[in-house]
Order: sequence, then structure tokens, then C-alpha cells
Amino acid sequence: MEKFETLSAIVVPLDRHNVDTDAIIPKQFLKSIHRSGFGPNLFDEWRYLDRGEPGMDNSSRPLNPDFVLNQPRYKGAGILLARENFGCGSSREHAVWALLDAGFRVVIAPSFADIFHNNCFKNGVLPISIDTGIVDDLFRAVEETPGYRLSVDLERQIIEKPDGELTRFDIDGFHRQCLLEGLDDIGMTLKHREAIRRYEERRRKDAPWLFNKID
Amino acid sequence: MVGKTLYDKLWDAHVVRVDNDGTALLYIDRHLVHEVTSPQAFEGLRLASRKPWRPHAILAVPDHNVPTVSRSEGIDDPISRLQVETLGSNCTEFGITEFSMGDPRQGIVHVIGPEQGATLPGMTVVCGDSHTSTHGAFGALAFGIGTSEVEHVLATQCLIQKKSGNLQIRVEGKAGPGVSAKDIALAIIGHIGTAGGTGYAIEFAGSAIRSLSMEGRMTLCNMAIEAGARAGMIAVDEVTLDYLAGRPYAPKGDEWLKAASVWADLKSDDDARFDKVVSLDATDISPQVTWGTSPEMVVSVDSRIPDPENEPDPVKREGMKRALVYMALEPGTPITEIRPDRVFIGSCTNARIEDLREAAQIAQGRKLNESIKQAIVVPGSGLVKRQAEDEGLDKIFLDAGFEWREPGCSMCLAMNADRLEPGERCASTSNRNFEGRQGQGGRTHLVSPATAAAAAVAGHFVDVNEF
Repeated sequence: MEKFETLSAIVVPLDRHNVDTDAIIPKQFLKSIHRSGFGPNLFDEWRYLDRGEPGMDNSSRPLNPDFVLNQPRYKGAGILLARENFGCGSSREHAVWALLDAGFRVVIAPSFADIFHNNCFKNGVLPISIDTGIVDDLFRAVEETPGYRLSVDLERQIIEKPDGELTRFDIDGFHRQCLLEGLDDIGMTLKHREAIRRYEERRRKDAPWLFNKID
Repeated sequence: MVGKTLYDKLWDAHVVRVDNDGTALLYIDRHLVHEVTSPQAFEGLRLASRKPWRPHAILAVPDHNVPTVSRSEGIDDPISRLQVETLGSNCTEFGITEFSMGDPRQGIVHVIGPEQGATLPGMTVVCGDSHTSTHGAFGALAFGIGTSEVEHVLATQCLIQKKSGNLQIRVEGKAGPGVSAKDIALAIIGHIGTAGGTGYAIEFAGSAIRSLSMEGRMTLCNMAIEAGARAGMIAVDEVTLDYLAGRPYAPKGDEWLKAASVWADLKSDDDARFDKVVSLDATDISPQVTWGTSPEMVVSVDSRIPDPENEPDPVKREGMKRALVYMALEPGTPITEIRPDRVFIGSCTNARIEDLREAAQIAQGRKLNESIKQAIVVPGSGLVKRQAEDEGLDKIFLDAGFEWREPGCSMCLAMNADRLEPGERCASTSNRNFEGRQGQGGRTHLVSPATAAAAAVAGHFVDVNEF
């Protein structure tokens, strides 16, 4: 996983609450057996006017001019500003892969759905939860200022606005460390393989039926 | 000492180790795998030259992509076919048991786990699927995970987790006639909202929950995720044991007796403390119908579509307006005036035998309304299908004009050929009414099996008690 330390990027506002992972990446694209290539289909049903199917040449599809990601002022955005309960619904990690593939490394929202939130940290994407009031202010600022950028510093847990104003955000210490170091958490867990074996031995005595084979 | 909740007990029994900041390594007893969220996880194992830690703790099944019409021709769509074949080859390569498409036990992963006794009380159960919360109905800690976590469990039999909060939802009293577990689930979500359970594990309790069958309990826990909670659960009782006794992977003989005695403790202690408690009165709940594009946008079948102008929160108000435009509905319209084009009875929420019986009871001796383009019944598994046929339910549905299909996820998420066309409206027993969920531009109304069958017959939503 690629490390995350700092990012300075254009912010694109997605002014809807309860954005679900079906909207982030529709089901027909989940048939892929690969991790990459989901970017052009991020928010597919909102972004294009036609019906998207896997294997289409997305560059020749009609764009929905009203959808915020298609507006020229947000071209090259790397930070998604969203509303509460972002990423609800299906557990599909493809939603995070699509955001990442489309160039987003940070999502800022008042709250996130649990599974999506977890999936972000496995892929070097930083979900920042901050107060609704601050999110409201950011929506206003982004709307008023073409080319509005934010700088995010994970080490210092700070968002810096263009005028230099700093906003601190909270993040779980373990998640922060994983992102800063780009850690392979399977490798970390396997360092505890003896502890896992000891746990299994103990459980096998108390509840042997848990180890009956599925065959 | 303060007593423990059911969630506390399940959590504590599975902690392998814990760091000072509360980050725990949690042991996973059962791993369920399907074709959509696993290929990248198996690929990750191969790239790192890793093997599954305990291949015999895993049960795999293709369900999302499989056709629900005759399977003798295989899968038409080459991309779907490749994904299903990839599951098969991964299971062969890594020594994992798979109920493949031709296996009579194949079905929706959250139907077959319990049906086979692969889900047991006291277990941790995970699957790369948010509706894994279903299995919590057995007094298990069950939750959905992403593909990276699927790989983590494959490689280590563990997950790195932080404990959630304890939320108890109490439903007391006796639900009225025609009110099913689905209606209770929708009423709860309408009450607490789709983010009401975020950050919590939900325990459903109270007399109305105790009186539910296992099928009903699974329906309820299934939709915990629609209330924002990764896990929903219900304490073990006689109903749980009666359901599991004799299932293929359930313990037998002396081991069953020992297990049953251990499972008796899988309930919250009387003095357990919850971080939050929500109470509902079952007698207040009537059959529910969603009107919008989020499961929290739900009202009773006998009421009207709410007016966004009465919503004080501007973001929510805009969301309601957008939902009404998408659904092509006007505020103030009675729910009973809404006319679906199609009816879908199925999904991991409502495709078990009891669900099919409820729907068949309404369909018996009646015909589809001529305005209904199509009504399909998709059993949750091959075994549910066989049992329903043994009981003659297939005949009831077919005589009434419903289609009787092969098992799978089908039109719940429309990854296979079963889907809505743009603008079509569906009465669906599934779990999500998101934009495009059942097909791009499709409009979903979530309801119980009985309400779906009643809409199919009447041509519009109707209180099942009028039948």
C-alpha cells in the first residue's frame, strides 16, 4: 500500500448525504476480478448520461454536464468533500479502489459508514471526519472560490485552508500509523502467529465443535 | 462487577491479543466467501506466496452472478462467467469447500450458512458482504468486511478490529396481524435512520423479538447494516437450538449437548450496560413500504408520502426532494395509490421458506394483476426451493402467474440478468432501495414478502390485512 503523509489538492464538493457504495461504483463493474481500472466508472450513473457496462470506451460516452465531477473547475481534484454517512451500504472495496483510481486520496465528511471507513485504510485513502459546521463552511468556501485547494498533513493531523487557517482532525492511532508507513497489516498479524496458535489450542479444548471441518 | 452484553461476551471470547489503544486481533471462526469480493483477495495471497490459515473454516458459494433461469446453458455473460469460474479455480487451488452452481445446496451465502449449520452460536462469522450481519440471529458476532480484510482472514484467520459500542434495540409487545420481521426492521430503520447504528453492534431484544422464528430473526439482523451497524445479534434460546439441531455442520451427540450448554450463556447479563438503548412498541408497527432512495425513507402502508417542506434539516430536505424526483412521486400521495411494474420476492433478507410461505398464502387462489409486467420468486437456496416444491408453494405461485426461479441474489442487486429497466417500479423484498440498485433508473419499494405478493395481486400497494 502506498504511504500517505501529506496532500495538497483541489477539492470537489458532493453535496448529498447517505452516498452509498452502489452510487460510488455500480454493480456491473464489480464483475472484474482485478483491483484496478475502476476510476472511469466512479459515480457512473451520475457521471454519464448513458448506461455504463464493463468494457465500454468511457472516453466516448456522453457526460452529464450537471454532475460536479464533470465541471472543468474541479478537474484534477484529489479531495472529495461529502456529507454525512458517506459510503453506506454494500461492503464493496471496489468503491475505494474507484476513488483511488480516479485520483482521490482524501475524503472529508461529517461521518462515514463503518465498512467503507475501514476499507479506506487498507488502500492508502484518508477519510477525515470533522464537525458538520466545518463541513458546511468548506462547502461554502469551495462553491465561492474556483480552484479551491486544501492541504492535508496526516502526521500533524491538520487541514490547512488557502488563507493559512488550520483545522485539526482526529484519527485512530493505529489507522494513522498504517497510512503513514504504508504497512502491510497481514505481515504485521503474522508476527503474532504463535499467539494465534495458542488461542486456537485453548479454544479447541473449550469448544471443539468450532474446529469441525467444512468439507 | 458490571455484567456483560452478548456482544461483550462474543468479543472477549475471540480476542487473541490487544494493544494499549484497544486495537485487538480478533479470531474468526467461520469465513463465508462468494465470487464478487474474493478474487482480488486470492490474487493477493498468490502474490505474497501465502496460503489460507484454515481452509476448512471456509465455505464458498457463487450467488451474486448466477442465472436464476435454467442453468443447463451456463452463464451467458462472459464477465460474470469468468468471475464464477475464478471462484471455482481459487477454491480448488487452495483446498476450500465450494457449493458450485450445479450443487443442490447452492444458494445465497447468508441463507446457506445457517441452513448447513456452518453458522453456529458463539462464533465470529465474516464474509465480504455487508449482509453478513444476518448470522448474528444465532447469537454470533457476524459482520461484513472488505476484500483486503477477506485476504487478511484467509491468511491469518484473524482481523484487526476496534470494539464497537453496545446498542440495544428493544421491541416489546405483540406485533399485529400482517406485520412481519421485515416490517419491524423497516420501522426500526425509519426510527433511528440509516446512520443510527453507525459505530455500534446492535442487540435486538424484547418480547417481540423473542417471539420471532429463526427466519424472522435473520431478516431483522440482515438489515442491521441498513441501520448503519456492521453487526446485529439476538440471544440464543430454544428457537435457536431447535433450528440448528441436526444441520449438516452442527455438532452431534455429546458434542451437541456440550455446545448447547455453553450456548445457554449467549445472552446479555441482567445487569449489562448498553451505551445506548432504543425502545419500540410492536403494537405501533404496521406493514411498511419505502417511498424513497434510502431505507430510512419509509412509512406505513396506510399513510401518505411525506412532504420535504416539513423537514427542517436543509441537507435532508434536498435529499428527500431528489428522492421524490428519482422515484417520480408527489408528496401527499397515498402509498396505496403507488403501482409497481414488477415484483421481486427473494434476497438474503426474504428468501427463506417462511418468507415464501407468507407470500404464497397471499397468492393462493389469486392471479397477478394485469398491470404487473413480471413477478418473480427466487428461493434463497436449492434446499429452500426443494422444500417449497415439496409443500406445493411453486404451484401456488405459478398458478397465480409468478415465475419460479433458481436460487441466487438475483434482482436484489441485478448483477445477473434479472433487473429493472429505467423508470420501472418494483415491489421488492430485498434490503436496499438505492438509486439504480435493481437496475439503472429502476425504482425500488422495500416491503415484506406478504406485502409484495399483495401488490402483485392488487396492482398497487395494499394492507395485507385486507386479504
